Amino acid sequence: MSTQVAIRVNGTAREDSVEPRMLLVHFIRDVCGLTGTHVGCETSICGSCTVLVNDRAVKSCTMFAVQADGAHVTTIEGVASERGLHPVQDGFWTCHGLQCGYCTPGMIMTAIDLLAETPAPSRAEIVEGLKGNLCRCTGYTHIIDAVEHAARSTERGGSPQDGHSR
Amino acid sequence: MATHAEPYVGRRIKRVEDPRLITGRGTYVDDIRLPSMLHVVLARSPHAHARVRSIDTTAARAMPGVVAVLTGTDVNHACGTVPCTSDFPSLKRPAHTVLAGDRVYFVGHAVAVVVARDRYVAQDAADLVAIDYDPLAAVIDPEAALEEGSALVHPDFGTNVAFTWSMTTAGETDIERWFQQADRVVSQKVVHQRLTPMAIEPRGCVASYHPGEGSMTLWSSTQVPHLLRTLLPGMIGIPENKLRVVAPEVGGGFGSKLNVYAEEALCCHLALRLNAPVKWIETRRENAAATTHGRDQIGYYEVAVNDDGTLLAIKSRTISDIGSYLQLLTPAIPTLTALMLTGCYKFKAMRMDVTGVFTNKMATDAYRGAGRPEATYLIERMLDVVANELRMDPVKLRLKNMPQPGEFPFQTACGLVYDTGNYQGALEEAQRLGEWKALLNRRAEARAQGRLFGVGVSTYVEICALGPSAAMPAGGWEWGSVRIEFSGTVTVITGATPHGQGQQTSFAQIAADRLGVAMEDIVVLYGDTNVAPYGRDTYGSRATALGGTAIVLCIDKIVDKATRLAAHLLQSTPDVVTFEHGAFSANGKSLSWAQLAAEAYVAKNLPRGFEPGLEASTFFEPENFTFPFGAHIVAVEIDRETGDVEIIKYVAVDDCGPQINPLLVEGQVQGGIVQSIGQVLLEQTVYDESGQLLTGEFMDYAIPRAADVPEFVMGSTVTPSSSNPLGIKGVGEAGTIGATPAIANAVLDALYMVGVRHLDLPLTREKVWRAISRGEQPGSGEGAEIPEAGRGPRYTSDDVGEGALEVGNV
Repeated sequence: MSTQVAIRVNGTAREDSVEPRMLLVHFIRDVCGLTGTHVGCETSICGSCTVLVNDRAVKSCTMFAVQADGAHVTTIEGVASERGLHPVQDGFWTCHGLQCGYCTPGMIMTAIDLLAETPAPSRAEIVEGLKGNLCRCTGYTHIIDAVEHAARSTERGGSPQDGHSR
Repeated sequence: MATHAEPYVGRRIKRVEDPRLITGRGTYVDDIRLPSMLHVVLARSPHAHARVRSIDTTAARAMPGVVAVLTGTDVNHACGTVPCTSDFPSLKRPAHTVLAGDRVYFVGHAVAVVVARDRYVAQDAADLVAIDYDPLAAVIDPEAALEEGSALVHPDFGTNVAFTWSMTTAGETDIERWFQQADRVVSQKVVHQRLTPMAIEPRGCVASYHPGEGSMTLWSSTQVPHLLRTLLPGMIGIPENKLRVVAPEVGGGFGSKLNVYAEEALCCHLALRLNAPVKWIETRRENAAATTHGRDQIGYYEVAVNDDGTLLAIKSRTISDIGSYLQLLTPAIPTLTALMLTGCYKFKAMRMDVTGVFTNKMATDAYRGAGRPEATYLIERMLDVVANELRMDPVKLRLKNMPQPGEFPFQTACGLVYDTGNYQGALEEAQRLGEWKALLNRRAEARAQGRLFGVGVSTYVEICALGPSAAMPAGGWEWGSVRIEFSGTVTVITGATPHGQGQQTSFAQIAADRLGVAMEDIVVLYGDTNVAPYGRDTYGSRATALGGTAIVLCIDKIVDKATRLAAHLLQSTPDVVTFEHGAFSANGKSLSWAQLAAEAYVAKNLPRGFEPGLEASTFFEPENFTFPFGAHIVAVEIDRETGDVEIIKYVAVDDCGPQINPLLVEGQVQGGIVQSIGQVLLEQTVYDESGQLLTGEFMDYAIPRAADVPEFVMGSTVTPSSSNPLGIKGVGEAGTIGATPAIANAVLDALYMVGVRHLDLPLTREKVWRAISRGEQPGSGEGAEIPEAGRGPRYTSDDVGEGALEVGNV
């Protein structure tokens, strides 16, 4: 009943045997032990489980681990570098873009994808980019501020993919 | 040890909590992994009301990896019943067992439990539990439930009335006198729709039993580990002093985790019974069905008022749809509505009669604001309805009836004493920030063009820092402890249980200033009953006002003790020793905290009779609640074609007293306002006529997204509370309380143009569009009497200061 998958997670190559029905988020959390990626709805709506699969934001609660075979996956644990926090992480910290923190890893991963596509987004573009991620605490304004802050600091130097391990 | 001269309090300091949370290193309950841990999944009822004929667990038990499949017959005798702290004489208490007995009472009612080595297997096995149901008539409409011949949720009671409860102005024997004297009585039915809290982290718990010690550890996604430690022992048979409850990172609560839930007791029982740690994590669908809901009151309100706008008395007949079971505070929530019924206005008398009604739904309980948003929404909505009736400026009506700042402490018709207030000041500031005159001009211009543009105001007051023990079910104090460690670093422990509010930061700010040390040298611990043995946890905007004060009182004790030690070591006397910036000085010499702590713990050179160590703990008991207030102004424009409401302007002025960290205050207020945007425009928990839950997912239950949020203009005034030495009032619920009526009033101001007097929330596009469509067909329904364009509630563009108390009749 198990299938072999080769998935590069935060730059580390892994080979694991998984049930075909295992969700990618459970592979990340339970097989890799990376619990920073959260489950909020199991239906692709809340976005707490967002990770990067081949550098694009993906909701890992509705993707099977076997579908990520051969891919590289980046989780919240993989975005900071030895030089420090990723600019998006720093933006969330500086702008109080989180309260309970549960949706935060997914928000950060979505924002990283957004800034990779649109390095200097308007506030309307940030709102559009974050529409697939729910937050019940902050009221979003500080999250939008955080992404704006990250975009500005990236403009000043560094890249939005800073520290993003492959 | 670093010392710090510049105060931390009052600054926008980024949070101490965040580095772990933004890097994915926070530990939420689902992140806990224990050796040999088993996984729990519940089989839940798909019916709102049914008799359970039989349960066949054979197939489920036969699945490889399944450890146990148990039903109510197996576990209920060992788990006690879920507690409710209310104790009205009339209250009927159904036996709330952890699993259903021979009947299920709501969709999502847990019937059987599966324990397996793997969560996927547990889910598979739960699907194989064969439960034979005999469906019964479901009780859904709470008003129909009161009629003769209605089906009964709990037939043994012979009625669906769970309780009746009344409150009236003390000494007021005849409120009717005011209604007879009044120039007129304005009546309105207002429905406070049922809401689903929808914290993004669902509930969950891990229970681990230590057979050698006979002790239990429960990690739960809860706001109230201390209440659990008090209340669970009676359910599970583990003594209080052998029960440790830990609230790890908690992913949002909003009142929905202020409870003792069946699953918490059940998991403890399973850990004990199976001698293995167990984990239960709620799915979103379970969260929507089986975690408490909020609000759900139908109110028939009457206001006695004179034609000059003088408010005399208010009556409310409230029907509270409480669902099928009592959770911890279920019956208490509408009583909080009664306490705040008169808002920030002078009334001669009030009366509120509540009928709590059982229905085949999930229980209602606290949801952000817990009874107070209902009060503020109804009084602020009623004031607009009254203003419309009197053709009076709603702002002037408010100003006419508010107490002046010099009238505090202010005794309300509800019997409370409001500590401090300057309601006019907050309103004036909101009008200034909102460019009131320009806003009204904009409204007039829009209306002249036939556009649906509305302005709404709410001036709110809330009751926070819950509360004096005399007024609480079981202790309203807060506990705290502060320890100067051997090294001079500082450990602060609070009995509050923050879950996103940021007290790890704000308490460190308070302590750092008081002790004259750097924030970096302070850790703030909470949420584990082995670390913080006593506490009353986090709800009701209480943590900073009460928990913060407890920390300050501890520090006062420690400074006093350290002063005596310093005097001894510096060959001086305590009255001569000065304490500044973390140094105790006398005779030209100084001692730091580290030096004093080393002496206090080495204990070889202490004053005679001086107790070693430098630590203190305290219970802070407040004398009164706090009453934060503010004014919100909202402008909306409605698309006639789609019914879409766009918030054009949002101004929030909140007065929570002195702000420890304005960045965190801003976050609390914005988050609260956006929950109100959900309540006003999007959210409603819907059961169909057979009791099926139609809003069981984020797909069906629309919480606000980033695109639903306007830009905020934020302001504040500072009126310190007299209820605690810091003057702090609390801000966790202000947004949710102040915003709902402001947004609703704005939408209804816009719709007044098409003849709509009132609509119940949520004001969804469909509901608004239908109201516009009706209004645009003269002679039908609410549109029968279309006022001329631009009339609407009469706002005038006077500033608050200009003839504030004059009444502008049309």
